[in-house]
Amino acid sequence: MSNTTTTQAVSESQSETYGQFVRRQFKKNTMGMVSLYVVFGLAFIALFADFLANEKPIIASYQGGVSTPVLKGYAVSLGLMQWTTEETQRDWKTVTYDWVISAPIPYTMESVDKTAISLKDRAPSSRHWFGTDDIGRDICAGIIHGTRYALSIGFIAISIALAIGVVLGLIAGYYGGWVDILISRIIEIVISLPTFFLIITIVAMLQDTVREGRIFLIMSVIGLTSWTSIARLVRGEVLRVKTMEYVTASKALGFSSMRILFGHVLPNSIAPVLVSAAFGIATGVLIESSLSFLGFGVPPTVITWGSMLFRVKASINAWWVGLYPGIMIFLTVSAYNLIGDALRDATDPRLRQ
Amino acid sequence: MSNAKTSNDVLLEVKDLKVYFPVHAGVFQRKVADVKAVDGVSFTIKRGETLGLVGESGCGKTTVGRAVINVLRHVSPGVHVSGEVNYYEKDGTVTNLLALSTKNMRAYRSKIQMIFQDPFSSLNARLSVKQIIAEPLEIHQPNLSAAEVNDQVVWLLEKVGLQPEYAARFPHEFSGGQRQRIGIARALSTKPDLIICDEPVSALDVSVQAQVINLMEKLREEFGMSYLFVAHDLSVVYHISQRIAVMYLGNVVEIGTSDQVYFNSTHPYTRALLSAVPVPDPERKDKQRIVLQGDIPTPMNKPSGCGFRTRCPIAKPSCADAPPLLDTKSDGRLVACPYVQVGEPMGV
Repeated sequence: MSNTTTTQAVSESQSETYGQFVRRQFKKNTMGMVSLYVVFGLAFIALFADFLANEKPIIASYQGGVSTPVLKGYAVSLGLMQWTTEETQRDWKTVTYDWVISAPIPYTMESVDKTAISLKDRAPSSRHWFGTDDIGRDICAGIIHGTRYALSIGFIAISIALAIGVVLGLIAGYYGGWVDILISRIIEIVISLPTFFLIITIVAMLQDTVREGRIFLIMSVIGLTSWTSIARLVRGEVLRVKTMEYVTASKALGFSSMRILFGHVLPNSIAPVLVSAAFGIATGVLIESSLSFLGFGVPPTVITWGSMLFRVKASINAWWVGLYPGIMIFLTVSAYNLIGDALRDATDPRLRQ
Repeated sequence: MSNAKTSNDVLLEVKDLKVYFPVHAGVFQRKVADVKAVDGVSFTIKRGETLGLVGESGCGKTTVGRAVINVLRHVSPGVHVSGEVNYYEKDGTVTNLLALSTKNMRAYRSKIQMIFQDPFSSLNARLSVKQIIAEPLEIHQPNLSAAEVNDQVVWLLEKVGLQPEYAARFPHEFSGGQRQRIGIARALSTKPDLIICDEPVSALDVSVQAQVINLMEKLREEFGMSYLFVAHDLSVVYHISQRIAVMYLGNVVEIGTSDQVYFNSTHPYTRALLSAVPVPDPERKDKQRIVLQGDIPTPMNKPSGCGFRTRCPIAKPSCADAPPLLDTKSDGRLVACPYVQVGEPMGV
């Protein structure tokens, strides 16, 4: 028996870790991959929103010099540079450039097209691809800039919910006894609160004190009220997993509680939680949209997809005002749900294809 | 400890082991009773020996195994375990495992290992075979290099008759017998002195049972380990064990060599149990079946005195007085009944 060759065979064939396995399985799920690319696309839009929709040109040569107004905009917001008085007064669209590379959508979400007044002028056209809202703001620019909020609301809210829910669920399920009783009662108390009205109340109460970071307040409140379902799910899964004989085996092998909890119990309980988290992101986006639609969300100066839907009330005949943000919300929510489904299948080696 | 048994050949001594599970009821979850799963069990296991532990389901044999490996307090919080599980080092030092803290117990974890009944739930489905076998090595021999761990995994897989290429696979890709081999490799990885085998073959096909039993027998001879072989299948236990202990309702009723217990059982319960073993010989008619009356009493409310007296064909009024002690009989075996003798028919 040549020991070296067999050793090599093992190290080669066993190069696949669990993470690689999950990735390989996930790639086989077409809907999951498409959804993942949708989310990547949204992330790209969110990241480069200023380059995609901006009334300032990206690079332009005018008045005998080359400048990059979009990048300068970042520098200004970081406090590194100042706009000159002439620049703040300037209407970038009327400047005559030697040559220019401008953003594909030459509007920001704040820029108001004063010529778009009649319903006909505000309808989707070559000037405004998705039309404008009742005061002449470009819908497409709003959607592009709103992507940032849509993505960050989902992620931050669900991160808060996961951090609280997974830890409490693990502790309750694994240690049992009075710890479990205490945590379960807390979960039941929080569940019995009407979440949506609680959020409305908190936002209404803090409306005057929190102005700048209202969007973060909403994210936190969504996160702090939606961890209960995750905690219950984790608790139930842990209760199931901890009676498995491999947990007894781990104890008999002298593994520490932390290793058993995070190395054996958690990985076997987490798959339904990931699915639930993906749904949670979707719910977070929906809650924000609902709040903004009702007028309790972000202040009017911040454009989110939900607050764009809110503008439908001001111009009920303009179908495009509600349609495009609605499509984006639907697309995002569906993508997260499908990713959750694909993830659930991929994390289970028994469903290996 | 100045015991005559402290000779080199004793590995483990279980002394008056009691395991009570409290029963809670009502709104305030008050304790209303105890399930006396194990009620004063004593036995010893010698080095290199297989002790079979048999009995019907619910008699506490699995609980004895889990008490010996000291995982009960983790598995069922609130359980009451008393008695001693004395582990004898080769140099003669004795340690009562039940008195150790979780931290101090860790040093002994590598010396006593366990093989489980259900090959499907005893392996973590998220880990590859290599990870399953390597994890105990990483814990108990942290100074091994990755290559050394790899070599050990290959070596162990070969020892249990699996191809080293299987190391990258996941448990669900294997049959029950192969999974049980993986479980054996995991138990072997820490080089234990004693392996608790909790019905290791009862979930397998008969043909696979024989393979796994023979593998375990081969490994025991090679490594010089001891087995505590918990099972309900008497013929399997007879095949693998040097000595057999028979349990009924939380007590050991008879301990002797395999031949003594299997061919010449003495305790009324053992006689009844063995008469129920099917004999694959249609011509043989002489065998007398002893059919016990009634059901096994609940361990929550055991009969006074001898636990078997409610079903025993030779029960006497005095049996209700005190639990019978293990009585050394003429051929050296221990039987918990003063009214029977080796080789004599019951009912004298």
